[in-house]
Amino acid sequence: MAAPTKALRTDEMVLSMGPQHPSTHGVLRLELKTDGEVVEEAIPHIGYLHRNFEKHAESLPYFQIIPYTDRMDYIAAMNNELGFVLAVEKLLELGGKPIEIPEKAQYIRVVVCEMNRIASHLIAFGTYGMDIGALTPFLYAFRDREAILGLFEDICGARLLYNYIRFGGVSRDLTPDFHHKLRRFLSKFEKNIDTYNTLLTNNKIFLERTKGVAVVSVDKAIQYGWTGPNLRGSGMKWDLRKDEPYSIYDRFDFEIPVGETGDCWDRYKVRMDEMRESVRIVRQALDQMEEKGLLDDPNYAAKVSAKLRPPVGEVYYRTETPRGDLGFYIQSDGTNVPSRIKVRSPCFTALSAMRELSRGLLVADIIAIIGSIDIVMGEIDR
Amino acid sequence: MKHPIETAAEQIRATAAEATETLNLGGAWPAGLPLETVILLTLAVIGVVAVTLVAGIPIVLVLMERKVSAYFQNRLGPTRVGPWGLLVTLADGIKLIFKEDMVPPSSDKKLFRLAPYVVFASSFAVVAVIPPFQSTVIGNMDLGLFLYLAISSLIVLGIIMAGWASNSKYSLFGALRAAAQIVSYEIPLGLAVLMIVMTTGTLNMQHLVMDQADGIHAWYMFRHPFLFIGAFIYFISAVAEVNRTPFDLPEAESEIVAGFHTEYSGIRFAYFFLAEYANAFIVSAICATLFMGGWAAPFPFLSGVPGVVWFLGKTMFLVFIMMWFRWTLPRVRVDQLMSVCWKYFLPISFVNILGAGVLALLEREELGAQLGGTFLSADAISWIAFPFVLAILGWIAHQGTEPVSRSS
Repeated sequence: MAAPTKALRTDEMVLSMGPQHPSTHGVLRLELKTDGEVVEEAIPHIGYLHRNFEKHAESLPYFQIIPYTDRMDYIAAMNNELGFVLAVEKLLELGGKPIEIPEKAQYIRVVVCEMNRIASHLIAFGTYGMDIGALTPFLYAFRDREAILGLFEDICGARLLYNYIRFGGVSRDLTPDFHHKLRRFLSKFEKNIDTYNTLLTNNKIFLERTKGVAVVSVDKAIQYGWTGPNLRGSGMKWDLRKDEPYSIYDRFDFEIPVGETGDCWDRYKVRMDEMRESVRIVRQALDQMEEKGLLDDPNYAAKVSAKLRPPVGEVYYRTETPRGDLGFYIQSDGTNVPSRIKVRSPCFTALSAMRELSRGLLVADIIAIIGSIDIVMGEIDR
Repeated sequence: MKHPIETAAEQIRATAAEATETLNLGGAWPAGLPLETVILLTLAVIGVVAVTLVAGIPIVLVLMERKVSAYFQNRLGPTRVGPWGLLVTLADGIKLIFKEDMVPPSSDKKLFRLAPYVVFASSFAVVAVIPPFQSTVIGNMDLGLFLYLAISSLIVLGIIMAGWASNSKYSLFGALRAAAQIVSYEIPLGLAVLMIVMTTGTLNMQHLVMDQADGIHAWYMFRHPFLFIGAFIYFISAVAEVNRTPFDLPEAESEIVAGFHTEYSGIRFAYFFLAEYANAFIVSAICATLFMGGWAAPFPFLSGVPGVVWFLGKTMFLVFIMMWFRWTLPRVRVDQLMSVCWKYFLPISFVNILGAGVLALLEREELGAQLGGTFLSADAISWIAFPFVLAILGWIAHQGTEPVSRSS
């Protein structure tokens, strides 16, 4: 977009976009300084969903913090739980009081997290379509997400905020028909991804709207601390599941999709491809569970005392959520409540680039950027 | 010489007097009421009846849109109000009527109140010139096509009024986008219509349909390739004119909330809503009339079927295509919208005009035969040349479509 000619003097108009706006993905407020349709600056204002998670956690026993982590990135609650639970388990291990996690629980954790990754990417795909103006992909995405949520409901009773992954395992065993239902879903879902690619990914208008918009080089992405699909969209092959394998991710064979140029389309496409890889991981996990005869194993959680007192010490543990590296810093003073918790949020770092990315673009491009970095305000504000 | 309006008034007066006599109402007629008042009242009643009938169209279309979108999206759509959800639009309408009529305190209240009526009236007035079947058209006039272009341009005035008077930035964005978009797309649309006029030499809608009544080969769309392209340009420009996806920028929900009608609620919003669907119907009806033979049957052996069936069938088909667009395609960006219009549609339209003009001239002067077209008519030759022309145009259109990299 060429800069407007300076012969005609125009005043800049400040447009307050949000916190109530259909496509700011929650309660983000953007202060747009616009010259007609051209945005000269977009300043993100956050904090509308601040719930004081970190301070709140300082007065809660470790068990009771898990539901709060659900509410950070409420679209991928399982992944948040896993991050926190693994961090605490690491803390116990460092303090010399490790918990023996049953093999079955390890697999269940991977399965639910990868399914939640799919569900989260489906929302990213659907809402991105909405942001660009196509309303139908959203409904298709929710149809598949609905199936995943139904499976989650089967195993833990909740559809959004699960409180499922616990210290030493998971809260409930899988239902007997879980793996049949899951396999049925996976085979149907793989075909649906092709439909979505036809419907939206390769749509001419969609390409025109997203290709070449807000290009972020690898260097810049690293400077801003971008992680997850956003960083991979710029072309950097960085995925904690491969590079710093946690849980049992080193047992699976999967690819890490990366983009080429780092524009909005690449970031979007990485998510579409990641869904396929997640399907692969879930399939392998199910196969390995069957091979090892874990499906009928009743041992899904280790016994952990309700009055969990990690030894004095501190830990920083990061995992790969659908939005990037989610890090938990936990400081224990030996009591049953942590003395300090700090969360490193991937969405926050992604949003921090907004101001630079949006300079000189059009109002419609701002929406395309917000959608492509796939932010969840619950995690930014905490 | 008398002014035409005076002549018309005299005619109306005479007809009314005759009617009064025929119906033997002489005694019953309120004696004190002057004839002019009676005429005005009668016209008002006719107007109300006509508008009510026309208002039925958007009500049907709203239901259709909801059902079509539902089936496109693996849903059922409305099922609760009435059988198969038939009464849902009525329920919506009643809800909207009973809602509070909000006028923002900082708005320009007069303009704010007036704007919906301007949009509503100008979109509904166009119905007058559309011939729904053989014998009837509300306003059968020689300037029908011209009137359509003139009145439909007024809609944008109402939209700008709404956007400006709301005193909201989102509304202003919507109004400015609408102004730019509708005014731009008026040009290729007008040029496409102009081709019809050049080919046929009439602006009377009823005559245009009669000229196409022979069957599908006589439809203007299939007369010669330039009109074929013209039909597409007309339809796509019309989609842009009525602000429907992929050109729904003036009310792009994900960008500017609801555009020019962000601040409207209740019945005033309903007026915009109705006008939007009425517009979609009207541009489809005009497209069907101009390019697809209107009420005329596509094949002579089907001419027993009433004309209104063909008219509504063709129109609804086009409306369905618009809905198909809406539930499939994303939205274009504002600069892309403009470049489609000015860089592609406008040059193609000019080429079309040139071609249609040459063909019309050949036909009129019977030059075709002299130029060696003894075996083939000029139209047939142009059909043969069509694929080559299309290939060239496609090549031109392909130039410069590579997305420009716009990094931070």
